Amino acid sequence: MLEVTKLECRRGDRRLFTDLGFALNAGTLMHVRGRNGSGKTTLLRTLCGLFIPDEGEIRWRGESIRALAEDYRRDLLYFGHTNGIKGELTGLENLAIGATLDGDRLSEKAIWDALERIGLTGFEDLPTRMLSQGQKKRVALARLILTKAPLWILDEPFTALDVDAVALLQSLIADHVAAGGIAVLTTHQEVPLTSGQIEQLNLGN
Amino acid sequence: MLRVFWCILSRDLTLAMRRRTDVLTTLFFFVIVVSLFPLGVGTESKALQIIGPGVVWVAALLASMLALERLFAADYEDGTLEQMLLTAQPLSLLVLAKVTAHWILTGLPLVLIAPLVGMQFQLTDNAIIIMMLALLVGTPILSLIGAIGAALTLGLRGGGILLSLLILPLYIPILVYGSGAVEVSRIALADTQPYFALLGAFLLVALIFAPVASSAALKISLE
Repeated sequence: MLEVTKLECRRGDRRLFTDLGFALNAGTLMHVRGRNGSGKTTLLRTLCGLFIPDEGEIRWRGESIRALAEDYRRDLLYFGHTNGIKGELTGLENLAIGATLDGDRLSEKAIWDALERIGLTGFEDLPTRMLSQGQKKRVALARLILTKAPLWILDEPFTALDVDAVALLQSLIADHVAAGGIAVLTTHQEVPLTSGQIEQLNLGN
Repeated sequence: MLRVFWCILSRDLTLAMRRRTDVLTTLFFFVIVVSLFPLGVGTESKALQIIGPGVVWVAALLASMLALERLFAADYEDGTLEQMLLTAQPLSLLVLAKVTAHWILTGLPLVLIAPLVGMQFQLTDNAIIIMMLALLVGTPILSLIGAIGAALTLGLRGGGILLSLLILPLYIPILVYGSGAVEVSRIALADTQPYFALLGAFLLVALIFAPVASSAALKISLE
């Protein structure tokens, strides 16, 4: 479903990667590995369409993601280094806004349930700036429960999470892949899969 | 479409209500700058009536400039802007909603407080009404044009100064016709019509092009 051909990205004069190619089918998990500065985040941002590659093409269901634009973004969920939640808004409000922007109509109940599942019972209607780092991250990760997007691009999703949250996130990713989704992630944490296949990509050699 | 527009608009208004200082600073800045002039120039009513409209407009430009920097910066820092870029909604619609919220928070209060500051310049009732109308049409243009600059300077060091250098020259036509309308109204009320026609035309052009230009600039800034 996701095909990358002859991708090349530069940051200034430095060539991060060149002639990169891979294809991911439904039900695949891809680990992107590499030392710091090898271009993992740049690759993920390029896959999202936030960063325009110097060479090469990215195709989603056979069509270029630049041509698909909004149709591609509807199928995509990106989780970056920032949580993408507003400190002044509560967890509920943050998730409700996110869902509306994704074009989903969610009931308030669904959001309550998602926050409960992610382990934030009792914190749903506190402004998220009052929460700890790990809890903020959990609010952001609750999107994974609510979304219907088939393609997940997660940049270091496990940092700042405790053991329980790591296990929960692992199971969320495994479920997503088992249900025919695609997940691309940079992490040093292994994700055990029940079904589906794992691809490895090493950057910067 | 409307649902998404309303979602972002109410989001930004809620955020502002939970952090009121930002909104109030702009308003007080406007009032203080305007109030300094009568104190410095003296109480001669002729002189005050002549400089009044210009001073109010310059203060309005500076006040709206002051708030512009925060238009996208807060969302940029916490990553919500990035998420907005990745939603299935047209970015220019989201930008338009954000600019509308920005105008309601920083432009509209200036319009409403204009009679109060107008009195300090001993402006006539007619002049004050014309000034309010001119500000009502003019301040959305300031927000719309300003959004382009705010998007372009996003994430730059010393972006604030650069923003003023970029945007203030573009504000000149609004300043000229906005204060011109008030000036002319002292002679003949009917003569203000062309000024409003021009301001209205600026507003329409800005409404169409500014959201598109700002969203293109945002995409570049976030790359």
